[in-house]
Amino acid sequence: MPLHRAGDHTIIFPNRPRIVESASVVGPKEGRGPHADGFDLVLEDALFGQESYEQAEHAMFQEACERCLKKAGIEKERVQALLGGDLLNQIMAASLAARELSIPFLGLYGACSTMAESLILGSMLVDGGYASPVLCAAGSHYCTAERQYRFPLEYGNQRTPAAQWTVTATGACLLSEDGPALARITHATVGQVIDMGVRDANNMGAAMASAAADTLIRHFLDTGRKPGHYDRVITGDLGQVGADILHELMAERGYPLQEGQYMDCGLSIFRKEDDVHAGASGCGCSASILSAAILPRLKSGAWRRVLFMATGALLSPTISQQGETIPGVAHAVALEGGKD
Amino acid sequence: MTEKNMKPDAKEALKRYAELVARLTPKSKLGQGCLRAFWVGGCICVLGQALTDIGTAWLQLTASSAASFASITLVFLTALLTGVGVFDRIARYAGAGTVVPITGFANAMASPAMEFKPEGWVLGTGARLFTIAGPVLVYGVSASVILGVLYYFIRW
Repeated sequence: MPLHRAGDHTIIFPNRPRIVESASVVGPKEGRGPHADGFDLVLEDALFGQESYEQAEHAMFQEACERCLKKAGIEKERVQALLGGDLLNQIMAASLAARELSIPFLGLYGACSTMAESLILGSMLVDGGYASPVLCAAGSHYCTAERQYRFPLEYGNQRTPAAQWTVTATGACLLSEDGPALARITHATVGQVIDMGVRDANNMGAAMASAAADTLIRHFLDTGRKPGHYDRVITGDLGQVGADILHELMAERGYPLQEGQYMDCGLSIFRKEDDVHAGASGCGCSASILSAAILPRLKSGAWRRVLFMATGALLSPTISQQGETIPGVAHAVALEGGKD
Repeated sequence: MTEKNMKPDAKEALKRYAELVARLTPKSKLGQGCLRAFWVGGCICVLGQALTDIGTAWLQLTASSAASFASITLVFLTALLTGVGVFDRIARYAGAGTVVPITGFANAMASPAMEFKPEGWVLGTGARLFTIAGPVLVYGVSASVILGVLYYFIRW
């Protein structure tokens, strides 16, 4: 049986699975950002009517999935798999949502790379004829991430300039083998875990940038493409520091990313005056921007080809406190406009 | 990562990456931070002194009771401002200006008390009340015990 592969790290999807619908649910701060019009639901309150922020994160995850299915006009009973995750310990937001949705569930953890991870595995299921339609989702919540990774919300401390702001957002995509497509998934490059010795948990952009560069270069080597092949090369949440490092690394290795052709979701979700230092982070960052800004442009034809690469810092407070360095990972998914 | 087992060129790559990160990571604005900490922290101290003077002049308290009165009032104000969600904004601006006075300690106690309430009074608030202030207490009390013992033997 022939392998559907290009090179050592890249998968080719011969049937080009379709993203037929998507939805996003975001918090109030995200809803004031430049992509405000693209989100399906902007919460008035980050608690979303729940008892705790963890429950709010779960409710947002479920809401994004349900809205996606509603927009697609598909009953949840017809969905054959739900792939997704979040940043909570034991990925509880996704697990609780899966309990309510009653869709066969494969829980994923790739830190902030989870959206790309779910798209890749979902595409494999669809392309291989194992499941269709498949729901892929990822989310994060500022208030739960703060207490898990840092301090209580009301604790008064200063952030360093390289620190990033975890977004309160969930994005979901429905993948299918047929039907009208927003976009089609043609290739995917699964990233290796790269660790270049960054120990500063407040500089996750630096921890992820080397993994981002590694996956991008492997993708270009495997496919024989150059960055210019894509209308946009889009990273998940490198932030300002990570994006600057990525630019240098790519130029050094002969694949410079041109200005106006590169975009980082973490640098585009908030406004300049929002005081988020180096930018945004969190699973929900790339997931919600994919739904709110990337897929609509692929659908309209404004962009024809996009390389969507979500980046994750595989960080645990316990291991970090024990002095371990922060491994990074990045997964790339090549998307083409759904028109053809 | 086990740096010991690394090849020399891998070590070199790590070193080069660390230099790249150091070059592209923006530094904290030290001068601005000091200035803000100075004026906000100074104002808190002025408020504390005013409370002490009020205690001795108007409330006829002894010097040590007046100092306690000032501390208690500052702790109360901080807890109140923490509760209404304002204190963290002041602290984000002032940095050490709010951390160093007793306001920092009060905030470090009040914020986990609120944060961990959903996990219950015992395993939430009770167990995690000292997550931030705990180390300060442990080492503060330990240091005072050691100094107390030293002072007992070495008197001058």
